[in-house]
Amino acid sequence: MENRDNAISVAGLTKRFGSFTAVDHITFDVGRGEIFGFLGANGAGKTTAMRMLCGLSVPTSGTGRVAGYDIISQPEEVKRHIGYMSQKFSLYGELTVKENLRLFSSIYGMSAARFREVSQRLVKDLEMTGMENTLVKDIPVGWKQKLAFVSATMHSPEVVFLDEPTGGVDPVTRRKFWELIYKASSEGMTVFVTTHYLDEAEYCNRVSIMVDGKISALDSPSALKEKYHASTMDEVFRTVAKDAVRTE
Amino acid sequence: MSILQSLVKKEMLHIFRDRRTVTITLVMPLVLLLLFGFAISTEVNDVRVVAVVERHTDGSRAIIERLRANPYITFQGLTAPGDVDYLLRSGQTDAALFLREEGGRQSAQIMVDAANTTVAQASTAYLRSIIAGPGTVSPVLTNTLYNPQLNSAYNFVPGIMGMIFILICAIMTSVSIVSEKETGTMDLLLVSPVRPRAVILGKLIPYFLLSCVILAVMLTIAYTVLGLPVSSSIADVILLSLVYIVLSLSVGLLVSAIASTRLTALIVSAVVFMLPVIMLSGMIFPIDNMPEVLQWLSCVIPARWYTAAMRKLMIQELGLEYVVEELVILLSMTGVILLVALKKFNTRK
Repeated sequence: MENRDNAISVAGLTKRFGSFTAVDHITFDVGRGEIFGFLGANGAGKTTAMRMLCGLSVPTSGTGRVAGYDIISQPEEVKRHIGYMSQKFSLYGELTVKENLRLFSSIYGMSAARFREVSQRLVKDLEMTGMENTLVKDIPVGWKQKLAFVSATMHSPEVVFLDEPTGGVDPVTRRKFWELIYKASSEGMTVFVTTHYLDEAEYCNRVSIMVDGKISALDSPSALKEKYHASTMDEVFRTVAKDAVRTE
Repeated sequence: MSILQSLVKKEMLHIFRDRRTVTITLVMPLVLLLLFGFAISTEVNDVRVVAVVERHTDGSRAIIERLRANPYITFQGLTAPGDVDYLLRSGQTDAALFLREEGGRQSAQIMVDAANTTVAQASTAYLRSIIAGPGTVSPVLTNTLYNPQLNSAYNFVPGIMGMIFILICAIMTSVSIVSEKETGTMDLLLVSPVRPRAVILGKLIPYFLLSCVILAVMLTIAYTVLGLPVSSSIADVILLSLVYIVLSLSVGLLVSAIASTRLTALIVSAVVFMLPVIMLSGMIFPIDNMPEVLQWLSCVIPARWYTAAMRKLMIQELGLEYVVEELVILLSMTGVILLVALKKFNTRK
């Protein structure tokens, strides 16, 4: 049943491209404030599913609610209440750190006064004091990722979607990045994250594993490990995904 | 600051921080205009001529004298009939004039190197009029209207402007939109509450402003350095150009909706738009001389109508009422392309 308290609630969500079913009747709920790991091999349909939840792509069938709004009939409302960080590092390289933050604050309708108030704190949180006026293309990758996360969350959305946020980032920076995620979650933000790093799956409250467009496993990391008699999420993933037909 | 303002500001910063692009964008129109205005000229001057005279008469002396005096001709002297073939073959001369007297009448033969037809035609015409001489008054009086000095810069300016706007508007808009798709920032904008309309306008407005600056620069050069007639039609010229700029921006938008990588966008803009614009707009090659198929094809090239209308306005100094046809065609093209582009852009959702 649909639970109004869930940040995300999806039933039978399907996306077909011609005869190819990218996402095949997926059903799950994500509670408020939860960190939800969305795992799957390349081509399993993670990104397509996420794009439907963000209102970037219209589902072929099925229903979904994000932050209390219907993803089919109220995509504009959904967009107002979510944050999104895409797979590729994506901020404007020719703009400075501060200009990027200001742009996104304005896009999400923050007032100039509120931006001034928030940006000071953000820059300090990111340990980027003194770098405000550096062009984004000139800062190291790790910082860019953190900055992209902050841009996606500074308007305090109810749900933030992170599409492989730590790709190509060193372990130390990844660790710091997850601290940001935990901080956001502790403030009540729901985090929906796809990742390739299975050690990161351990950090999630619950994890779903997609195989060939379907959700094959969904539980907390410890419950999954117990169920599949595995000691790490890596083993769980390999057991669940070993029958995958699709490859990239 | 409104969302649209922020987007426009972002795009402006992006454009102006990319020094290379700005330089190319602003310098290219200048270079092209000056190049076509001064360096590239379709006039033929300095035709090298040798003469072969069988026996000197008063008539032949008079003709040689006129050859020497003509500013368009470099007279290289008399030569033997047997050398002419070698001189033409080795490219040491462009034309040979054979003069002979038959039964008291002066007769002449022109032998010309027609490897370059433009030069051959022009030199033949020069030589004919020189042989005819001032005594025999030509029965045809030619009056060159609108461009009395047959200045080729006049002819090129409208064509160059037609090319520049397609180049800058279509290529720059499409590449900048597609690069946002490539880097993923377009997705960020589309998942945000910003309406697609604002995203598009945020892209088009900066390039429209940039094009207006270029328009001002090009008109200034055309009217001062190149000396095009300044007339009351400047307002019309600007109006027509603004319509054409909007059309070019729509073309860029359409390309960006189709292409998914910067390279594709660039190739599509360059090959699909640039070449036909140069070949079929009437900028260099007259449309009336083309095979019928190409004439029909040229009708879908926006630059053809813009160039034609600009010639009427800038060179013939006609009023707006004489370019109604072109204006209507350009406006309808803008409408259609813009509609298709917007539709394509929105279905991405």
